[in-house]
Amino acid sequence: MKAAKFDYTKTNDVAEALSVLTAEDGDSKVLAGSQSLGPMMNLRLARPDRLIDIRALDALKAVTQAPDHLFVGALVTHAAIEDGILPDVTRGMIQHVAAGIAYRAVRNRGTIGGSLVHADPAGDWPAALRALGAQIVIDGPAGTREAAIDTFQLGAFTVALEEDEIVRGVRVPALSGSARWGYHKICRKPGEFAESIGAYVCDPESGIARLVLAATEDAPLQLDTAAAAIAQNDGAKFDLDAARMALTETGETFDPFKLRMHAVALHRAVAQAYGA
Amino acid sequence: MMETTLTINGESITATVEPRTTLADFLREQRRLTGIHLGCEHGVCGACTIMVDGEPVRSCILYAVSCDGAHIQTIEGSDTDPVIVALQASFTAHHGLQCGYCTPAMLFTARDIVTRLPDADEDRVRLELAGNICRCTGYAGIVRAIMAVLHDRRAKNE
Repeated sequence: MKAAKFDYTKTNDVAEALSVLTAEDGDSKVLAGSQSLGPMMNLRLARPDRLIDIRALDALKAVTQAPDHLFVGALVTHAAIEDGILPDVTRGMIQHVAAGIAYRAVRNRGTIGGSLVHADPAGDWPAALRALGAQIVIDGPAGTREAAIDTFQLGAFTVALEEDEIVRGVRVPALSGSARWGYHKICRKPGEFAESIGAYVCDPESGIARLVLAATEDAPLQLDTAAAAIAQNDGAKFDLDAARMALTETGETFDPFKLRMHAVALHRAVAQAYGA
Repeated sequence: MMETTLTINGESITATVEPRTTLADFLREQRRLTGIHLGCEHGVCGACTIMVDGEPVRSCILYAVSCDGAHIQTIEGSDTDPVIVALQASFTAHHGLQCGYCTPAMLFTARDIVTRLPDADEDRVRLELAGNICRCTGYAGIVRAIMAVLHDRRAKNE
């Protein structure tokens, strides 16, 4: 199918982008790489009145390294991350995640910021960056603010972003040399939307242990109690039954098929982290 | 309607398009570059893959207006691209196509594989091809064709 009619504005100025977002009548959407919004509009699941193309905003392409984190501009593509152009602060995790997103032709255009804001339940960045405990840097009329990723995604395709705000980038925490991570997604075919995603990050030096399940029908699910136990036992006792138990303890209900698949994804992510 | 300027197969073209016109529809309908094929129109089947600024992209989910200033290469403008020419010969030799619908896009993905991943083995080639659907060949001939070009390029150290 083809997208419904819309007005189009391209800008290379953040302030202008924000003013267009607020000033225009109707429903405005920000367009970055067009790899999620494009399909949604072709399928007419999204019908914005106006698109604001931010691909020319150089301010959103910056990559800067600090002692404790890497700032990745919202417009950095999955392909750039896959190719290892960015400094590696996550012991290869974000490079691994980027390489598994859809297909190369999609990764050449799709952006990390777009993925976060689109907030597809099966999206890779919402899951991986949640496990890493990233901070999201947001531009708005009142200036720049930061938001913790834990409370950023409110549900499927819904994030805590005001109508007059855009994401400038993400602060990805730097992992220490003793940190471990695992990321496992279950797809019937490589590049397809995942049926389940398990993500695990543990850094003994900073005391962080985070286990995340994604590709449910909602925002990613964080399993803190299980993560703490896994970190304490170096993953040793986290078998499939333990994974199933951890999922049941979240209070969420899954049908038996989904429960099994999610347990496998979590188990394999943890096993990968501990080299099992 | 908006004015947009693109370099298409080496030629600078200024055209008037509706914002909602995809790059694929613009190139097919206004420029008659019908080697671009449309399958799913949501970025999954890969049939619309062309080169934009030197990289393979899906032309069905990009708007022509958002590609203002870009350099476009389609199969019609690839006769002078030695990598595509070598791949075409190899696809012919190894039965890398039957109906041909997926072929122009398959060639651009193959081009990406042999240039970006010169050490790719058969498993990696198959993984990279996951984003281009072929319903005739079962991929065997396509994989053989790409592997042959990879071996050839390694022998020539390209």
